[in-house]
Amino acid sequence: MSFVKSREAILLAAIVLLLGLIATRFPAFITPHNLASVYSDTTPLMILALGQMVVILTRCIDLSVAANLALTGMVCAMINVAAPDLPVGLTILIALTMGAALGAINGLLVWKLAIPPIVVTLGTMTIFRGVIFLLSDGQWINAHEMSASFTGFPRQVILGVTVMGWIGLAVALLMALLMARTALGRSFFAVGGNPHAAVYTGLNVGRAQFLAFVISGALAGLAGYLWIARYAVAYVDIAGGFELEVVAACVIGGISIAGGVGSVLGTVLGAMFLGIVKNALPVVDISPFWQLAISGAAILIAVAFNARAGRSKGRVILKSAEHAQ
Amino acid sequence: MSLAETTSAPETRSRGPVPDRLRAPWEAKLKSWESLLLVVAIGIFILNSFASPYFLNAWNLSDATFNFTEKAMIAFAMALLIIAGEIDLSVASIIALASTAMGLVMEAGFGTPAIVATGLVTGLLCGAFNGVLVTRLGLPSIVVTIGTMSLFRGISYIVLGDGAFRGYPSDFSFFGQGYAFWVISVELVIFAVLAVIYGVVLHKTNFGRAVYAIGNNATGALFSGIRVARVKMILFLLTGLMSGVAAVCLTSRLGSTRPSIASGMELEVVTMVVLGGVNILGGSGSIPGVVIAAFVMGLVTFGLGLLNVPGIVMSIFIGLLLIGVIALPRLWAKVRGRG
Repeated sequence: MSFVKSREAILLAAIVLLLGLIATRFPAFITPHNLASVYSDTTPLMILALGQMVVILTRCIDLSVAANLALTGMVCAMINVAAPDLPVGLTILIALTMGAALGAINGLLVWKLAIPPIVVTLGTMTIFRGVIFLLSDGQWINAHEMSASFTGFPRQVILGVTVMGWIGLAVALLMALLMARTALGRSFFAVGGNPHAAVYTGLNVGRAQFLAFVISGALAGLAGYLWIARYAVAYVDIAGGFELEVVAACVIGGISIAGGVGSVLGTVLGAMFLGIVKNALPVVDISPFWQLAISGAAILIAVAFNARAGRSKGRVILKSAEHAQ
Repeated sequence: MSLAETTSAPETRSRGPVPDRLRAPWEAKLKSWESLLLVVAIGIFILNSFASPYFLNAWNLSDATFNFTEKAMIAFAMALLIIAGEIDLSVASIIALASTAMGLVMEAGFGTPAIVATGLVTGLLCGAFNGVLVTRLGLPSIVVTIGTMSLFRGISYIVLGDGAFRGYPSDFSFFGQGYAFWVISVELVIFAVLAVIYGVVLHKTNFGRAVYAIGNNATGALFSGIRVARVKMILFLLTGLMSGVAAVCLTSRLGSTRPSIASGMELEVVTMVVLGGVNILGGSGSIPGVVIAAFVMGLVTFGLGLLNVPGIVMSIFIGLLLIGVIALPRLWAKVRGRG
């Protein structure tokens, strides 16, 4: 009963409804094969959204994820050009480490200097993009410059789903485990839910926020390699504006921007919702230019919905003050 | 880490107490953020004139002002909004939407007055939309304006796709390309007039005091009889209107509308406001600070431009400036606190 009323169930119903609507106009969209490819396409968004989820849970926001993805991806591509025989496993390790390091920069500024996360990540967003330009000299790295194993790995198909899709699933499961079963995961909820109470419980709020940024950064780095390899091209503006879609996926997935509320399943479903919309637009003959406006509208509807759902909780002592805010 | 240190960690707010008088003693004025910024501005000016022989030229300097006038128009309203504890990240997208609306009106055959009115009204409507969502539904302004940032620009993309509006009437170019007299551009005059208006509103009126009060303690302000929601609504309307004004100037200067117009400008506007000494958490800041910050940013980008530094590399400087301006005083306080 509680699941039926839950945020995730409503979202799942919305997704099924959406798929049904699309199927009436274009039945081939819901074949297993096509759904698998839609899922694979959405994997980078899902991975980034899972990282963003942790950050938002701790009352922060990370607007630098797309720039982090592009920078790490560019570095991976450049390493691949310089050393084509490097094993893919090592490339992924480099991507994770570098992404985590970039996330740590955000985290340290938020933790040690208490600078508002939105300012920090707006700044690092532009800095990372600029650094890509400095590194690449504004040049593109194209498919023929990358090695076959580098670009081929995420696209290999196992049991009908690409490796990229499997990696996304692994990340989602690991995150679910982390959030539900570890002290660190619970501390993210505690820190975001009530920072003062968290302090008295012995949690270090700044440190939790720092770790959230590191996780978000590492996942952005991983997505960076996957993105570059999947599309087999690297340039400055890759995934430009993608950070908004990531925040949208989280908000749609029921992550409260006020912190402390959210779930891995919700985030995954939020990402899937956006991914389906994105992939369905061309097949139902709607111009792809609609996508930006649709994700914007989806953010607004979702955040209004979240606010309504969360309003009844807690005792309202000062009614007039509550409404005036 | 001691408990005392960690307790303050979640919501560190470096706000000073609300002063009961606006006038500070002269030595405090000398040490203020604004005077420091002024020294920086003069320093950059001198550095620029040594770095490039083309810098010290009345027409070149006049060109340099276009680097900041449009952004500064929005920054004035944004400063008030941030002081009141809210933020609007959708300003650049409002420009895109307003410019698109102006293009539609132009295509329909209307003249310059109708085009300008459309730009301003579109800006106001966008501001009203943000304001209603924040003040009536009680949603956080960061998320609302991230949403409307996609929505407004998204509508421009729906209308224009990969096309563009061109062929604005020739008298429309007055706003962005005209000169009031000698090297003083129309935009610079608008900038100066708005600076004075916003300076007076923020620093000399009850409304301005209400803005500070809300930023420092919204609940306290409410119990002091300030209509918090109404003030915030007005601030969102003003920010929308200023984005409309900037849209008129920018469209007139470029002579065309593309859906990607002014993309990323919200970052530069926020940077300008923060560089001007406005506390990003609300509660303090001044219009003179924002004016000087506008000049600093204009001079930096113009100087780097003269040295042939590409735009995207300049954005690294803007990003570093944004973080550095907030980080350095805090680092300094930490170092001093330790020693």
